[in-house]
Amino acid sequence: MYVYDEYDQRIVEDRVKQFRDQTRRYLAGELTGEEFRPLRLQNGLYIQRYAPMLRIAVPYGLLSSRQLRKLAQIARDYDKGYAHISTRQNVQFNWPELEDVPEILAELATVQMHAIQTSGNCIRNTTTDQFAGVARDELVDPRPWCEIIRQWSTFHPEFAHLPRKFKIAVNGAVSDRAAIEVHDIGLEAVKNEAGELGFRVSVGGGLGRTPIVGSFINEFLPWQHLLGYLDAILRVYNRYGRRDNKYKARIKILVKALTPEVFAERVEAEWANLKDGPSTLTEAEVQRVAAHFVDPAYKALDDLDESLARLDAEHPGFARWRARNTFAHKKPGYVAVTLSLKPTGTAPGDVTDKQLDAIADLADRYSFGEVRNSHNQNIILADVEQGELFALWGELRELGFATPNVGLLTDIICCPGGDFCSLANAKSIPIAEAIQRRFDNLDYLFDIGDIDLNISGCMNACGHHHVGHIGILGVDKKGAEFYQVSLGGSSARDASLGQILGPSFAQEQMADVIDKIIQVYVERRTEEEPFIDTFRRIGIDPFKERVYAANH
Amino acid sequence: MQRIIKHRQVVDDRWHLLPKDATLESVPNSDDVIIPLALWLEHGPALRGRDGGLGVWLDADEEPESIAGDLDRFQVIAVNFPAFTDGRGFSSARLLRERYGYKGEIRAIGDVLRDQLFFMRRCGFDAYAIRADRSPEDALASLDDFSEVYQTSVEQPLPLFRRRG
Repeated sequence: MYVYDEYDQRIVEDRVKQFRDQTRRYLAGELTGEEFRPLRLQNGLYIQRYAPMLRIAVPYGLLSSRQLRKLAQIARDYDKGYAHISTRQNVQFNWPELEDVPEILAELATVQMHAIQTSGNCIRNTTTDQFAGVARDELVDPRPWCEIIRQWSTFHPEFAHLPRKFKIAVNGAVSDRAAIEVHDIGLEAVKNEAGELGFRVSVGGGLGRTPIVGSFINEFLPWQHLLGYLDAILRVYNRYGRRDNKYKARIKILVKALTPEVFAERVEAEWANLKDGPSTLTEAEVQRVAAHFVDPAYKALDDLDESLARLDAEHPGFARWRARNTFAHKKPGYVAVTLSLKPTGTAPGDVTDKQLDAIADLADRYSFGEVRNSHNQNIILADVEQGELFALWGELRELGFATPNVGLLTDIICCPGGDFCSLANAKSIPIAEAIQRRFDNLDYLFDIGDIDLNISGCMNACGHHHVGHIGILGVDKKGAEFYQVSLGGSSARDASLGQILGPSFAQEQMADVIDKIIQVYVERRTEEEPFIDTFRRIGIDPFKERVYAANH
Repeated sequence: MQRIIKHRQVVDDRWHLLPKDATLESVPNSDDVIIPLALWLEHGPALRGRDGGLGVWLDADEEPESIAGDLDRFQVIAVNFPAFTDGRGFSSARLLRERYGYKGEIRAIGDVLRDQLFFMRRCGFDAYAIRADRSPEDALASLDDFSEVYQTSVEQPLPLFRRRG
């Protein structure tokens, strides 16, 4: 993974000093709460329902074991002993004291971490495929490009106060596991006929109050021009994005108002002035960054299909786990393993300090000392030898990470919701738990198969409900918490937004509602047909009829 | 007299900022004035023969493009920040410096507080009218909040990746 040099380190240390002084001025009354707000937000610090929430940046989800141990220590020393993996691959602490935040940042800086631009109206953490660099279907490793974008976006002088937050995602594989089409900018690394590298550029995707799938405005941007072109997009947005209404301030509203074609023309016109300027990337810089992402010292191994199949036969639990929680690796004899942070009864994505330490140890022993956070709120050991898989499974079971539900109905994406977040209209964690309890039969879960169930506690959509095959949105109805259900969303390639099923439901109805939706699917599917395909074939009406019929 | 930060020092400021609705008649002949853009666009020729210095100010939604051909008429161009969190002025200053080659003073006015200064400096501002209830002396230190930057900017033509040792 990327390792800071003296320059990167100095920038992060300067930030600690700056934020220490900003916090001091706020506590001394030299900055009002209103004035401190944008400063603390750009450092990931929210004032929440019960305590501040601090969001730590995990650039494109990569963490070293050393960084994990630091997070564990911070969870112990400054929080209530746990952390939360967010849907932007970041880490959140729910209980720090505001006064301690400068010290937490100083601790983070010792392991090359920070909280820069993890909130606020600025360029946020760039995200990517959690299997970047190891996936079999990968064409281009997106990680060097994410790091180049991270550096370009960190304290960019011109884009510190955009109309609204700004999110960039990069994909380099055949499958899109980075949900690029629902980002402000989505970049897909591609090669042209001459074998040269470039990017397809999507703009104006996003969730939130007005969910929109992005529009591709450039089919091949040569890699040298990546930063100049990003500058051009951001400049057009910074100048012309709406600032009069924060609900209409995302770039997607500007792109829609202008039309993608006109927006693309504006970007082209701006870019014509910036093209071939000093931000043009050099071969040397790309190589310098890419050198941090070369393959680790893989052994020459063979795939162990037969011996693993024998173990499957002897240990049905292992077979189940292997079927769901492992992912094919580009190197023979290796496999990527997803640690499920979605056991029933734990808030999705929560992990304790002891578990963080344990994951660090596992990373050191099984996976070259590194892990990745996924936007699905799980943690991945990306480089595990197949011959060690059975031993690893045993350890993961003891640690509570072996729930064989990755990609299944109970692998729920869920925001912190009304239990923590002051923006939320409704709680989300209890809904996730009620659904997990209802679907506690593993055979049934496996039979249902691949399905994304996403829950957001409000229309800010941190739980990505619009792109869940089943999406659940917490709404406020005259002070009571209700839940709106949508079906048919997808964040994969050819992304789609869910359609609203109908009137919302009370909390205690939710497990029944999901049950009925699943029943319709199971009855109507053809053999091997996943939920999303059945939905796209039969439409929303059969689901609607079943769910609302029972209310009469 | 207002005190502003100019070229990294706190100095007395002799310029008078005229409000957005100022009329031609309200412009004194001999004082140094910073006039609103609309006045310049409407009465440019009439404002050229004055004895006093001339500057213009752009509101956040007013475009540097509209004065790109007149830049040598202005000793000062002020860019207004209607709110601390309104970042449009950063782009305006960069365009004035980098695209249109303006060499005179670019001054930040409006809701200008010390925590913007580092960004403003990099975008080409060289004068800052700190909000009246705050001390410009205290704000000076924030011009140097960071000792290194990644990107190219007005004062640093090479991005860090072209400078790394």
